Amino acid sequence: MGVLSLLKKEVILAGLKKGERTDGRGLLEYRKVEIKTGYIGKAEGSALVRLGDTKVIAGVKIDIGTPFPDTPDMGVQIVNAELIPVASAVFEPGPPGEEDIELARVIDRGLRSAEAVDMSQLAIIPGSRVWTIFIDIYPLDHDGNLIDASGLAAMSALLDTKMPVAEVVDENITLSENKKPLPIKTRVVYVTLAKIGDYIIVDPTFEEELVADARLTFAINEDRNICGIQKGGSGSFKVKEILEAKKIALEVAEGLFEKLPPKPTSE
Amino acid sequence: MKKEGIRLFNDEGKRTDGRYPNEIRPVRIEAGVLKNADGSAYIELGNNKILVAVYGPHEAVPKYIAEPDKAVIRCKYSMAPFSVSDRKSPQPSRREIELSKVIREALEPAIFLNEYPRTMIDVFIEVLEADGGTRTASITAASVALADAGISMKDLVTAIAVGKAEGKLIVDLNGLEDQYGEGDMPIAIMPQYNEVTLFQADGIFTPEEIEEAFRLASEAIKKLYNEQKKALKKKYEEVIKEVNQTE
Repeated sequence: MGVLSLLKKEVILAGLKKGERTDGRGLLEYRKVEIKTGYIGKAEGSALVRLGDTKVIAGVKIDIGTPFPDTPDMGVQIVNAELIPVASAVFEPGPPGEEDIELARVIDRGLRSAEAVDMSQLAIIPGSRVWTIFIDIYPLDHDGNLIDASGLAAMSALLDTKMPVAEVVDENITLSENKKPLPIKTRVVYVTLAKIGDYIIVDPTFEEELVADARLTFAINEDRNICGIQKGGSGSFKVKEILEAKKIALEVAEGLFEKLPPKPTSE
Repeated sequence: MKKEGIRLFNDEGKRTDGRYPNEIRPVRIEAGVLKNADGSAYIELGNNKILVAVYGPHEAVPKYIAEPDKAVIRCKYSMAPFSVSDRKSPQPSRREIELSKVIREALEPAIFLNEYPRTMIDVFIEVLEADGGTRTASITAASVALADAGISMKDLVTAIAVGKAEGKLIVDLNGLEDQYGEGDMPIAIMPQYNEVTLFQADGIFTPEEIEEAFRLASEAIKKLYNEQKKALKKKYEEVIKEVNQTE
């Protein structure tokens, strides 16, 4: 934390003591969420998410590939995130660093653990040809809480995805003009909380992240179970704080599920 | 992740390696095992074999990453190509890059970083053989290596994974349980303060299971914490012996 952030921390902490945040929100208040799906015509699915002043776009591309040897009859899910300098001066151009990779892997684990996309329905020729779902996440403007915004973007893009129907005749794959939605088992949301001093806040802004001691993210599925956890930052949490954060996250998740597009109705 | 046909418990409720659900694998920790590093440690936890070297505090390289008010920690977790069944390329994988970050963030809360402004402390972790739970074993060993390097710390950091197999919570997953179980929840704690410095999970856990996981982890962490302290004491007892002999 730079010297400037140390000063800023004093100011933010003084506010939190009074139950106020610099943007006027309460400690457990989420910013306004807007989701626009179908934003990119060339992508099989896409979504632009605004979370306050944070903007993230996610695109889904679908391709036919080979399965992993240990899951020959399952599709493949690949999540990638690029913290491009367009979004913030703190992002450097160049190959993905720790932050990009952590973001992508946290989103990937949540979706994968929950089996958001039913990979067992994505084999075309089991053992050799399966659908590969690429989910690419691009933050466009960074005002904090990229994990939750990326999660909303990735999930919305998956819900928006239309994939071609594959027909197999004698090992030959033909793709029909008919499109169908991705097989979605459950929707997933991510809720991130930050700890500043002794205070736990929901949905931190960039400024709050700079001064935060640590952050904690819960991925939550539609059964209201936890399908992913990630602590980040150089501070620590008391067990009591973690259990409290989990409770808050489950409450906040309700509002986020309402914002997500509905699950496609299966035929 | 779920696989049919693989049983992770036998009829007596014992696990694939004969342990009960709340039992950790045999553990051995040694401090000061390397000559060149400023601090070092070696851990064997079941079949895991991990070596940690700590260098520093030294001048920060590159210079611009130095912080005016504290030390910067550089942490690298790496798996040897021969540490797993299928050869792992020596290039850092995305998994290793993420683990380097979360391990660094698990160790930082324990270090008095402000005592070493403008410097850098290196933590290099080499997994020689992996069998589930390498990130937590790495943290346990790395904090011993940091203490062995004489770096001021609030506490050691002790870590263990809690997981889920056939619907039951288990402690310290082995490779098989990690692969075929339903979930993995690595936890690192500073035992004297009961502060959690690493907390991750994949798989599905109910809200109640998360509370239960901390109860299970704290038992295991107590045991490992004693082993860590024993390793550090043993090294210094040997140093004292050497000094007495030369006098």
